[in-house]
Amino acid sequence: MAKTGRIDWRQLIRYGLLAGVAALYVSVIGMVEVFSQRSLITGVLTLGQLLLFSAPVLAGYLAVYKDDESQTAAFSLLKGVITGLFSSLPLIALVLLANAVNLRAMFVNVSPALIDILVFGQGTAVGVLLLLLSGAIWGTLGVIIHLLPDKTRHVVLVGLSWTLGAGMLSELLIQVFRPLFGSGFIRFVFQGGALKLWASIVVFILVTLLDWYWSKRREEVKTKMANLNPTQRRAGMGVGLLILLILPWILGTYLSEVLDNVGLFILMGLGLNIAVGLAGLLDLGYVATFAIGAYVMGLFTSTSSLGVGELNFWIVLPISILAAMTAGFLLALPVLHMRGDYLAITTLGFGEIIRILALSDWLSPIIGGAQGILAIPKPQIGSFVFRGPQEIYYLILAGCILAIFVSSRLNNSRTGRQWMAMREDEDVAAAMGIDTTKSKVLAFTLSAASGGLAGAIFASKLGTIFPHSFNLLISINVLSLIIVGGMGSLPGVVVGAFALVALPELLREFAEYRLLLYGALLIVMMLARPEGLWPSAVRRRELKGTEEEEIEGGEGAPVAVTAD
Amino acid sequence: MALLEVNDVHAYYGYIHALKGISLTVEKGEIVTLIGGNGAGKTTTLRTISGLLKPRHGSIIFEGEDIAQYRAHQLVAKGISMVPEGRGIFAKLTVLENLEMGAYLRKDKDGIAKDMKRVFELFPRLAERKNQVAGTMSGGEQQMLAIGRALMSRPRLLLMDEPSMGLAPVLVELIFDTIEEINKAGTTVLLVEQNAHMALQIAHRGYVLQTGEIVLSNTAKELQKDPTVQKAYLGIE
Repeated sequence: MAKTGRIDWRQLIRYGLLAGVAALYVSVIGMVEVFSQRSLITGVLTLGQLLLFSAPVLAGYLAVYKDDESQTAAFSLLKGVITGLFSSLPLIALVLLANAVNLRAMFVNVSPALIDILVFGQGTAVGVLLLLLSGAIWGTLGVIIHLLPDKTRHVVLVGLSWTLGAGMLSELLIQVFRPLFGSGFIRFVFQGGALKLWASIVVFILVTLLDWYWSKRREEVKTKMANLNPTQRRAGMGVGLLILLILPWILGTYLSEVLDNVGLFILMGLGLNIAVGLAGLLDLGYVATFAIGAYVMGLFTSTSSLGVGELNFWIVLPISILAAMTAGFLLALPVLHMRGDYLAITTLGFGEIIRILALSDWLSPIIGGAQGILAIPKPQIGSFVFRGPQEIYYLILAGCILAIFVSSRLNNSRTGRQWMAMREDEDVAAAMGIDTTKSKVLAFTLSAASGGLAGAIFASKLGTIFPHSFNLLISINVLSLIIVGGMGSLPGVVVGAFALVALPELLREFAEYRLLLYGALLIVMMLARPEGLWPSAVRRRELKGTEEEEIEGGEGAPVAVTAD
Repeated sequence: MALLEVNDVHAYYGYIHALKGISLTVEKGEIVTLIGGNGAGKTTTLRTISGLLKPRHGSIIFEGEDIAQYRAHQLVAKGISMVPEGRGIFAKLTVLENLEMGAYLRKDKDGIAKDMKRVFELFPRLAERKNQVAGTMSGGEQQMLAIGRALMSRPRLLLMDEPSMGLAPVLVELIFDTIEEINKAGTTVLLVEQNAHMALQIAHRGYVLQTGEIVLSNTAKELQKDPTVQKAYLGIE
């Protein structure tokens, strides 16, 4: 680059101000203030501060990201300082403006508490200086991260994320560790629902050491894993299953409840994955199958006046699933000739129709309208009642295992091939002799099954169902978790469900901003990791295949020459 | 009896009358080509025969059976296979997986393996790239794959839509040589081509299409000598 030794002011100002505006945005919409209530490292760092500071760090990193090797470290650091300083300006403007006029008339969230957070509780004059200083420091940190050698950077970043993650989930860790190690240990490590400073340093060092060790031994461990014989493999799976079985009793009621919700979403995700991930049919009305499963279960088991037959859970369960599958089948018929956007809009409408029907006065004598269905009994086997979240967990676990088994078999079957071909190109698939009508109907029908199962379990888990539980947001949630996890990938569904359902549940502060975070997360995912967190082989090949292909191209090239 | 007999076929895209009474025959063992300019209805004819488009009027007789109302996937089982325009390979699947898809309807493993071997003999380049993702291959290789894949269903009639499109001249020649070879091995070919020059060189007979109608039909040799064809499609003044 010709600009060595000179500062590209425009670029630095742009990155700095962009980061500053991002920080300003999260402040003004109230995220910083809400997030500041969660402390990560006692007395040192809150989640709100992490949010504020990550902007200048990123800006500093980006400011030097494209520089070539010839630039000296000192020069790069200078750039980081400048970028960081600029990133503080929007926040300083906010502080000064809030002092001069009352912004709250327009921006409700610009409260004195927020301003206090921004100036580090030090008053305006000192606070502004501190803001500048912190901007410079974080900007420089971004540069330092860039300057580190690749391996070190990886280790440091992994260490940082684990430490911050542990801080963020302190409350969860406290709940898990208390019964295991006793209150003394908890008081020793945690304070005020966050890690103590020394503990966070210990976590950081431990994680970095582990990561460093892992990066050295990874290949070895992988080959060992690949060489396991079937008996060892089965033993491993047995241990895994055992852990899954005792999990709710380690985690306690609250976390089991979270786990149940995740499980229900995994069930729905696995179902929708058949339509969206395997067959490429974008279904935005998936909540309909969930609702139908739930209503059928509610209607036939409820002991209230609406109940029909007061049947046993186990008798109604297959009926719920069949009802959902029938709905999937019926939905498939009108949309056979639709593709892409048209299909998405139609299915979206289908989901809304089901919700509105459930809410309608017309059907309220049968299914209760807005009052919903009450008094749905808990399932039981013999004398064992699936009463609380810890017991229901087993039901959901069994459902998930079944759905995973069925999905993986489908994935590798002729039917899976059929769907894959159809996803790629319907006309060509037909030219291969694939009946696209049949495969579409099959995809919708099978996809609806596990939605119905999830709905049925959901109904008896809650004991009551209301139409407003079945809104569009559920469809969006399920679709998002598939995208985040990796389209068409079964482990991806599980990972995605934990990322999108468990995390917001555990970090209650996020709840209000859930949709904003979904949006941001989806954009970041599409930019940084479009194949998803745990992609299927085909999609990995498609979106991250460059290295592999270059190697193959290299092998192929000389051959091609001789062939010509 | 001809292998394929198309009688007075009319087809529409919405209100657009795309085929205005097409009639043609393909005898067993022939290469027949449809030539014509852009929008003449060549691809539409092929789509109609292959079942992707339903004719509104007329009959299509294949081996004595009217197939006009059959859908594309059913025709594959009947023995008609199509190499779609723009190649239409499964870009994310490997070469091997693409070929396996071509044999989707077949269950005879030995036969499939034999035909796979034959495709690889026909196109050694594909054998070298067996495990490569199809979308990353060159245009010529993708065309070879599309042809190879169509052969995997062991068709008695092979429909080809613009196999030369977007290919370098050397590759076009290679592809046409292969088509001749496939034909000599016993597969009847109906070939749609804009490159009339190449098509008429390998074909036995040809039809000239213009705005949805057949305006001329003759043996390929005669068509090559025909002054209107020379002027309009072969660029000879």
